[in-house]
Amino acid sequence: MMDKKTATIDSRPQTMNRPSSIVHRPSFVKATLAIVQKDLSAEFRSFELISAMLVFSLLVIIIFNFALELDIKVRESVTSGVLWTTFAFAGTLGLNRSMSVEKDRGCMDGLLLAPVDRSVIYFGKAISNLIFMLIVEVIVLPVYSMLYNVNLFRLDLLGVILLGSIGYAAVGTLLSTMSAQTRTREVLLPILLFPVAMPVLLASVKACNGLLTGAEFSEVLTPLNLLIVYDVIFIAIAFMVFDFVVEE
Amino acid sequence: MIEVKKLVKRFGLKTILRGLNFSVEPGEFVALLGPNGAGKTTFLRILATLSRPSLGDVKIAGHHLPADAAQVRAKLGVVSHMPLLYPDLTAEENLRFYARMYGIGNMEARISEVLEMVGLENRRKDLVRTFSRGMQQRLAIGRAVIHDPEVMLFDEPYTGLDQDASEMLDEVLRSVAAEGRTVVMTSHDLARAEDLATRFDILSRGVITASATQKELKQTNLLAFYKQALAD
Repeated sequence: MMDKKTATIDSRPQTMNRPSSIVHRPSFVKATLAIVQKDLSAEFRSFELISAMLVFSLLVIIIFNFALELDIKVRESVTSGVLWTTFAFAGTLGLNRSMSVEKDRGCMDGLLLAPVDRSVIYFGKAISNLIFMLIVEVIVLPVYSMLYNVNLFRLDLLGVILLGSIGYAAVGTLLSTMSAQTRTREVLLPILLFPVAMPVLLASVKACNGLLTGAEFSEVLTPLNLLIVYDVIFIAIAFMVFDFVVEE
Repeated sequence: MIEVKKLVKRFGLKTILRGLNFSVEPGEFVALLGPNGAGKTTFLRILATLSRPSLGDVKIAGHHLPADAAQVRAKLGVVSHMPLLYPDLTAEENLRFYARMYGIGNMEARISEVLEMVGLENRRKDLVRTFSRGMQQRLAIGRAVIHDPEVMLFDEPYTGLDQDASEMLDEVLRSVAAEGRTVVMTSHDLARAEDLATRFDILSRGVITASATQKELKQTNLLAFYKQALAD
């Protein structure tokens, strides 16, 4: 049994009969919702993540407002660029924070020890990150509308922002899980994320710009299709590779 | 209950575990002792399914690793020197979250039972960030036993605890072991390990170099046995 100096075990304690298992493997959906609810409860108590994202976003749009001397026509053409720059950088702040909460106190190990498929962790964290991004966007959009005098409350535009946010949260959650395991995670995440998320950011900017400038629907359709394809592909890739990402 | 044969773990070119053999019978309390860098934590992380073995055979409660990792995880409780708790959730919210992740039926009754066991019933509504290190470690044990696991793994559970908190933890560990669980604990605290464990294995340079039961140590003491094992 042992490598050297093997000793026999002659003082084995009595083995009691363990009660029948109280564990019933939770369904994929229930376990995912447990993670989402845990993240929301913790965040709505501390507001550390949302407040950081929100303050950053508001500062960026205010700085752009002062920095750019804009007439009404130019405003519409720069709106999508300013908005997605804001969402992308604020999103990175949120992603970093969301994963460092799990890593710093070893909670990621706690999640990995649960008897569930590990993609549950990915989907739980991705949905939480998406909700945090959407909360910030819901507050930023009316402020932007007031400051820049641009109407952003159109269902088609909100749909594009939702699709773009899903893609960004999908790829961001996967990459923040990877970067969280390094010492330089705050620096590493944007370096990894922005090149990979470039298609989703470009497609979102193009689609939003097309809608705001009243372009033909066929012009908006191409970036919109790209967004949908990107979302589907990255969610599928993350589902397949997450187990390897968290493995030692 | 635990059977490990010729376990090898490499990180890049560095070999941490070098063909380690180890077995634990049901109900045993094994203290895994050894110097820093011997591979104790790496070994425990492999048993906990948090790390993949490079080579070798690992079987826990009849399930092979890493193939049956999910089945093994349902039967494992792990406590490390980090609490694995969320500071912005209350004690009961933390336990409720883990109970949901383990799919525990009759969740609220089980949470109350566990909080009572670790002596935190009165602090159930308090945020974990307001807890002392000792209280967090007791709650961490509560988290680890919430699904009533057959096997418990403790990795340096006394790290950062003062004397009072360590004594409280002793009591909790004894109650965990008294329920017939199989326990493997790594520790540098030889006095505590001697008091709690029924078998002592010395892990050095990636292999188990010596092993003795509590009865065998009656003729000597654990410190002498430990020093002798490392000297050989």
